[in-house]
Amino acid sequence: MSMFKKGGKKSTPNIGTSSDIVFMLLFFFMVTTQMRETENKVVVKLPTASESAKLERKDLSSYINVGTPITSLQAQYGNETRIQLNDSFKTTKDIRDFVAAERESMSEADRAFMTVCIRADENTRMGIVTDIKQELRRCSALKIMYSARKAD
Amino acid sequence: MARRPRLQTYDSSADIAFLLLCYFLMTTTMGSQTGLSRRLPPIPDENQKAQDQKVNRRNIIVVRINAQDRLLAGNEPMDVSQLKDKIKIFLTNPTNDPNLPEKVPTEIAGLGNRMVSKGVISLQNDRGTSYQAYIAVQNELVKAVNELRDEASMAEFGKSFIALSEDQQRIIKDIVPQQISEAEPKDTGKKR
Repeated sequence: MSMFKKGGKKSTPNIGTSSDIVFMLLFFFMVTTQMRETENKVVVKLPTASESAKLERKDLSSYINVGTPITSLQAQYGNETRIQLNDSFKTTKDIRDFVAAERESMSEADRAFMTVCIRADENTRMGIVTDIKQELRRCSALKIMYSARKAD
Repeated sequence: MARRPRLQTYDSSADIAFLLLCYFLMTTTMGSQTGLSRRLPPIPDENQKAQDQKVNRRNIIVVRINAQDRLLAGNEPMDVSQLKDKIKIFLTNPTNDPNLPEKVPTEIAGLGNRMVSKGVISLQNDRGTSYQAYIAVQNELVKAVNELRDEASMAEFGKSFIALSEDQQRIIKDIVPQQISEAEPKDTGKKR
């Protein structure tokens, strides 16, 4: 009957295990997390597409954000649709340099697989997207992806 | 009394870990990127242009979206929901209609001769088309091709397309190619 005798007093080690669990969760999130590299300066609400497929190599993709500036920046930049590359507003002319810089940062073997993700807001007009596409064709970054949310 | 300090050290380390955990929870972006992959055509050379125009008229379906997001597929206006079936009929040509694309027997590795459609979908949009409508149409086109691929893989391998191995998927992609050409925009509507 001594099996159940200690029950009431032995509550202290539980704190140790709970911290272990928290640590484990912490490591999990530290490993799976990837820091947002750039801050969004444009509002992007992605359109939905039921057939959207996963991007295979995330590290080989570069992003072009297209949308209207966020509310806090609208006083400065207006509410026209803008292109955001890395951390600043750019025009289609700058895409060439952007693509060149992204290519440069990749290893020789990976350059052929570079994908440019066009993250455009759903209310964007196609004119600006077409300009981007034409510019990408000109600097022969031909693999592109239209970012879209997966709809059920 | 001797127990107290030990208890506290446990407690604080758990708290610190918990704070860090909260930090990572907030900053993490878990969801992976999804979207529709496309390959843009390279800028054509001058001497290549003549060859491109030789594609037979019956092999092309023109899908046009205007500035009001209205859809025109093969010269008839329609809703986005009807587009998929139209494309499927266009690509399969079940009645061997002379107005629909021709099918040529092609040697497929490992399977022998199969009829492969020469149909090309030409997607044209206006500068005023909204991105949402454009993606919706792109999605329907991909869906039509995906369903045809599923049917083909069911007929050839008895499995759905996703369940096939990579080599088998490549074979099915040869039988049902995804030929979507994104033409340069035409300014039909008002410029915005």
